[in-house]
Amino acid sequence: MEDLKNILAEHPFFSGLNEEYFALIVGCASNMRIDAGKIIHREGEEANHFYLIRSGKVTLQMMTPNKGPLIIETLTEGDILGWSWLVPPYTWHFDAKALDLTRMIALDGKCLRTKCENDHHLGYELLKRFADIMMKRLESTRLQLMDIYGDRP
Amino acid sequence: MATDPELLSLKVDYKWNPMLPWPFQIRRVKHETEDTFTIELQPLGALEEFAYQPGQFNMLYVYGVGEIPISISGDPANPRVLVHTTRAVGTVTKAMDKMKRGDILGIRGPYGTPWPIDQANGSDVVFVAGGIGLAPLRPALYEVVAHRELYGKVVLLYGTRTPLDVLFRQELENWRARFDLEIYVTVDRAMTGWRGNVGVVTNLIPRAPFDPRNTMAFVCGPEIMMRFTAMELHKRGVDNEHIFVSMERNMKCAIGLCGHCQFGSVFVCKDGPVFRYSEIKEMLVKWEI
Ligand SMILES: Cc1cc2nc3c(=O)[nH]c(=O)nc-3n(C[C@H](O)[C@H](O)[C@H](O)COP(=O)(O)OP(=O)(O)OC[C@H]3O[C@@H](n4cnc5c(N)ncnc54)[C@H](O)[C@@H]3O)c2cc1C
Ligand code: FES
Repeated sequence: MEDLKNILAEHPFFSGLNEEYFALIVGCASNMRIDAGKIIHREGEEANHFYLIRSGKVTLQMMTPNKGPLIIETLTEGDILGWSWLVPPYTWHFDAKALDLTRMIALDGKCLRTKCENDHHLGYELLKRFADIMMKRLESTRLQLMDIYGDRP
Repeated sequence: MATDPELLSLKVDYKWNPMLPWPFQIRRVKHETEDTFTIELQPLGALEEFAYQPGQFNMLYVYGVGEIPISISGDPANPRVLVHTTRAVGTVTKAMDKMKRGDILGIRGPYGTPWPIDQANGSDVVFVAGGIGLAPLRPALYEVVAHRELYGKVVLLYGTRTPLDVLFRQELENWRARFDLEIYVTVDRAMTGWRGNVGVVTNLIPRAPFDPRNTMAFVCGPEIMMRFTAMELHKRGVDNEHIFVSMERNMKCAIGLCGHCQFGSVFVCKDGPVFRYSEIKEMLVKWEI
């Protein structure tokens, strides 16, 4: 547990959280190990967790007709995976798969969701942090959509 | 495309005739990807060598079709072979794509400002390339690798469209196998089977292994990519003064006479193509310039 606490404390995502909230987050955390090639979650499944990747590589992918799975993004050490636990209907929008042996810290989003409903200050602190991740991913997605390496955009 | 004997017999010093293309013969053509090819050229006639600095470009004349600026992508330590890597996008580049070993191209150059590699002595060096932008950076990479002991960490972050669009694949693999170079490749999208990164090249910057307070960054790719890359490098702590970008504008004369390549107060052919980011930052976000 001490180990988990230290890792979470060092991650910029949690920096600035007050002691009470930080303790609450640590209480919702558990270690997880996923073997290479294993699915972490599938599109449409209930989303009850988010993850902090400690090592390894995770692909976010989507099934495309006739072509098979298309990789949309890879996430690696230090990245946060998943925000669908925070937004109704609380289901995953993409498949997540471990490309290599991956170690993560899983955070119980279902439990945190209830706590956020009861304590909006905690909710705001978490939303602020997820909004930053969402903004970065949106920016990346826009650049990908522009197809900047294709014909002159 | 025949060699023009009259042209070959001219004993002109090409440096004194900047508007006169010199005939070069294609020695080798290599198709790097579906739309990108590398040609190796050798000068004909009196010219034996073609010295240049990394980052400089030439005007390539496809006789009877047109003339375009293309950066030099070869090893500056070997001035006997001139190398250009080109993406076939329009009239001249597509005509060039059809050329074969033995055909003749007209060359004027080398022109423009080089990557200021000498300023990177003692620093970490970060190359960030997007798409065809890896080609103009390759001579600088050759030079840094040849004098590896002069630099701290050397990192290449390369983003392109799909795994099939990765340029110089064999060379990237060789460099990655060395213990003193950090090579990261990312693509915008991939089918399963690709084991590398997927996502934009800027995503690689926050975790790339370099010391931002002691880093020189050389960036080449589409303008949007360079803008976001410079912003991300700056966010990581790299001084805008230590970021260099290579600009593209349509060109005609390439020697600062016609004004075709004007970009705000500068001429890309003469004052660039390599600019210090801090000097052109404001112009990069203007709509019309
Ligand atoms: C200093 C400098 C260095 C350059 N170095 C290289 C290099 O190393 N390799 C290389 O491949 N190119 C390089 N370019 C770009 C190259 O000059 C152009 O791609 C070329 O002039 C296009 O000529 P074209 O007659 O084939 O296309 P055009 O017939 O003029 O254009 C046809 C179509 O292609 C599009 N197009 C034109 N240029 C580009 C482009 N750069 N990217 C995407 N679409 C384009 C046009 O919008 C148009 O739709 C460089 C440009 C500059 C200014
Ligand atoms: S191309 Fe003529 S001034 Fe630059």
